Amino acid sequence: MGIVTYWQDFFHRNGVSVAVFLIVSVGFWIFMMILLPQFFMLDFSIRANVPPPKFGTEEHYYTMEHYKYMIFGSAQATESYNIIDLTVFFRTIFAAIVVTMIDLALCYPIAYYLAHVATGGWSRLMVLSLIVPFWVNEILRAFAFKIIFGSTGVINNTLVAIGILSEPYDFIRNDVALWAGLSYAFILLMIFPIYNAVESLDKNQIEAARDLGSPWWRIHWRIVVPHAKPGISSGCTMVFMLTAGALAAPQILGGPSSLWFTQIIYQGFNQAGNWARGSAYAIVLLITCIIFVLVMMKVFKVKFGEMMR
Amino acid sequence: MMQDRMQRILVIGFVLLFFLYLFGPLLVMGITAFNTSAFPRVSPWDCFSVEWFDVLGQDTRLMVGLRNSIFIGFGVVALAVPIGLAGALMLMQVNPRLRPWYYTTVISPILVPGVVLGISTLLFWDRIGLMLGFDTESIFYNGIFLTIIGQSTFISAYTMLIFIARLQRFDPLLVEAAMDLGATHVQTFRKITLPFLKPAVGSAAVLAFLASFENYNTTVFTIVSESTLTTVLASKVRYGIDPSISALAVMIVFLTLVGAIFYEISQRRENRRQKRAAAVARGEITKSTRKEKSFFAEPAFLMSTLVIVAGLGIVYFGGTVGVDECKAAVKEQKRVEVQRRVDKMQKQQMFKSAVEQQAEEARARGTEGYEGIFAPDSLQEHITTDDAAQEDDSAKGTEGYQSIFAPTNLEGQTGQGDQSGQNGEPQAKGTEQFESIFAPSNLQGQTGTENDN
Repeated sequence: MGIVTYWQDFFHRNGVSVAVFLIVSVGFWIFMMILLPQFFMLDFSIRANVPPPKFGTEEHYYTMEHYKYMIFGSAQATESYNIIDLTVFFRTIFAAIVVTMIDLALCYPIAYYLAHVATGGWSRLMVLSLIVPFWVNEILRAFAFKIIFGSTGVINNTLVAIGILSEPYDFIRNDVALWAGLSYAFILLMIFPIYNAVESLDKNQIEAARDLGSPWWRIHWRIVVPHAKPGISSGCTMVFMLTAGALAAPQILGGPSSLWFTQIIYQGFNQAGNWARGSAYAIVLLITCIIFVLVMMKVFKVKFGEMMR
Repeated sequence: MMQDRMQRILVIGFVLLFFLYLFGPLLVMGITAFNTSAFPRVSPWDCFSVEWFDVLGQDTRLMVGLRNSIFIGFGVVALAVPIGLAGALMLMQVNPRLRPWYYTTVISPILVPGVVLGISTLLFWDRIGLMLGFDTESIFYNGIFLTIIGQSTFISAYTMLIFIARLQRFDPLLVEAAMDLGATHVQTFRKITLPFLKPAVGSAAVLAFLASFENYNTTVFTIVSESTLTTVLASKVRYGIDPSISALAVMIVFLTLVGAIFYEISQRRENRRQKRAAAVARGEITKSTRKEKSFFAEPAFLMSTLVIVAGLGIVYFGGTVGVDECKAAVKEQKRVEVQRRVDKMQKQQMFKSAVEQQAEEARARGTEGYEGIFAPDSLQEHITTDDAAQEDDSAKGTEGYQSIFAPTNLEGQTGQGDQSGQNGEPQAKGTEQFESIFAPSNLQGQTGTENDN
C-alpha cells in the first residue's frame, strides 16, 4: 500500500473538510510549534553571537564556542574550567534528584492510602483537597513559603518562642525554603500517576499475601511497587523535569548566593543579551532531561507510551 | 493487635502531617492578608482588616497583567482545544508503525522544560519574521501572540490526553452506522463525534485556560515587552513583598473552593439522575412527568451560597468597621513601647555620663587646664551616645526594613518625629538619627557637655 492510497483512504474516511482540519492542525502543531522551533534553537546555539541585522551573513558562522564556554569558561579566565556555571548545573541536577526522592517518599504512602485504605466520601474529599492547592499560582505558592520561612516568619517565631532556637535561623540563605518549596510545588504530579497505577491493583492480591503471612513491607516490595512501576516512573520523570526546569521558585526562594541553572539561561537572555549562549544552555538542559527520561525507562523497564498515560 | 493499632496511628499521623504541609503555607498566607501590618506576617498581630484587598484593586500594573492573562487564556483555549482534538483523532488513524513516533513527538512538549519551549518559540518566530521581512512592530514580535503560541505547544498535549481518554470509550460503529444511513462526513463529525466529545471539550477548555493562566516559565520568555499576571506577580514578589499579594492568593483559593463545591454538587446531581434513569429503565419506578429541578433550586446550592454570602459579609464587616480605631490603638501602643525604650536608654546614658563626668573631673583636677579636652576619654561619651542610638535603631531594625515602603509606616515615623521634637532629645532617636544630627539643639546638648567640663 503506497503513501498515495493511504492519504486517499484518509480523505475518504474523514471527508475532505475534516481531513483538512486534521492535517492543518496537527501539521501546524508538530512542525511550527514543536519540531522547527527546537531545530532553530539548536541552529542558533551553534552560531556566533551577533545582533539580528547580521543574521545569515558571514559573521553568523557556525561555532561551538557557547558549549565550550559552559565547560571551559572564557579564554581569558584563569581557571581551566567554568567552575561557576558547572557548579550551578550539577547542583541543580542534584537538587532535582533529591527533591524527586523526597516527593516519592512523601507521595507513595499517600497514594496507597487514597487508593486502598480510605473509603467513600473521605477519599473523595481528600482527592478534592489535594487539587485545591494546585490551582493556586506557582508564584503565590513560593510566596507563601517566603512568608513562612522568613526571619520573622511563623516557623522562626515558633521555634524561638519555644526556645529551640536562640535566634532566627536563615532558612532562605541556607536553601531550606527553596527545597521545601520545590518539593511542595510538584507534589500533585507525583501523587496522581502513582494513585492511578496503585488503584488498578486487585485488592485480593494484597489479601492473599497477607493471609500467607507476608509482612507489610514485603507486600509493598513484591506486589504493590511492581504494579505501580509505570506510575512511579512517570511521577518521578515529571517531578524531575519540572524541578530542574523551575524558574519561579528559585527566583523567589533562592538564597542570594545560589543560582539555579534556569536562572543562568534567563540571565543570558534578559541581562547579558547573549541569546546564542542562552540557547546553548537551554539545549544542554533539554538534553539532560532527555537522558533522564531514557534512564528512567531503562531502570523501570517501561516503555514511553506506558509512562505517559 | 497492639501492633496493628500502632500502625494505624502512625498512618493517620502521616496523612495529617501531609495535609498540614499541603495547607499550612496557604493558610498562613491567607491569614497575613487580613493583618494590617505592612509586612505579611501572623505575629505580632496588628489589626484585622480587608484594606489589602483595596490596595490590590488599585494596582494598575497588576490589573493590566490580569487583563492580558485572561485574553491569552482565551487565545490558548481557542488554539489548544482544536489542536488537541485533531491530535487525538489523528492518533486513532495514524499508521500503526508510525504511531509510537507520532505519540512521542506530540507528547514531548509536556516533558520539555517550559523555559526551553519559551526560548525556542521566541527565536523561531523572530527568525520567521525576519525572513518574511516584517519589522519589530509586527505580530511576530508581539508578546501576546508569541505567548499564546508558546503556551499552546504543551497545553495542546494536555488537551489531547483528555480527548484520548474520552475517545477510548467511543464506539466507531456509531460513525459507520451514521454513514450507512446516508450522513455526510461533516454531518457525522458534527452530529456523532463532537457530541460524544462534548464533556471532554468542556474539561479541556477549563484545563487549558487554567494552565495558561498560571504559566510562568514559558511566558516569561515569550511575553517580550508585555506583561501577564504571573510576570507582574513574580517581579513584585522578587523586589519586596506586601500583604496585597496574600490578598490575591486568598481570592484565588476562595474562587477555587467555590468552584470545587459547585462541581461537587453538580456531580452528585448527575449521579442521582443516572441512578434514577437506570431505575426507570429497569421498570422499578415510572418516569415522572415532573420537570427536573433547576441547578439553582438545588438545596445544597442554596445552602452553600447562603454560607458563602454570610461568611463574606462577616469578613467584610469585621475588616472595615473599627479598623481605624484599632490601628490608632496599635500605633499608640508602639509609641509607648518606643517611649519606654527611649526613657530606659536616657536613664542609662545619664548614669553613664554622671560616672564619666566624675572621672573626668577627677582627671581635670589632676592635669589642669584645657588639655583634658583632647583626651580620648572625653570623646568617648559622644561615641557611646551614638552607639546607644544605633542600638535602638537595630532593635527596631526588623520593623524598619520590612515595612519601609508601607504608607502606614511613614505615619508612624512622623509620629515618632513629632514626639522626638517634644522630647527634645533627638540624639537618642534611632530612626531620626541622621535627620537631627545637624539640629541646633543637638549641638547645644554637646556643647553643654563640653562646657560642663
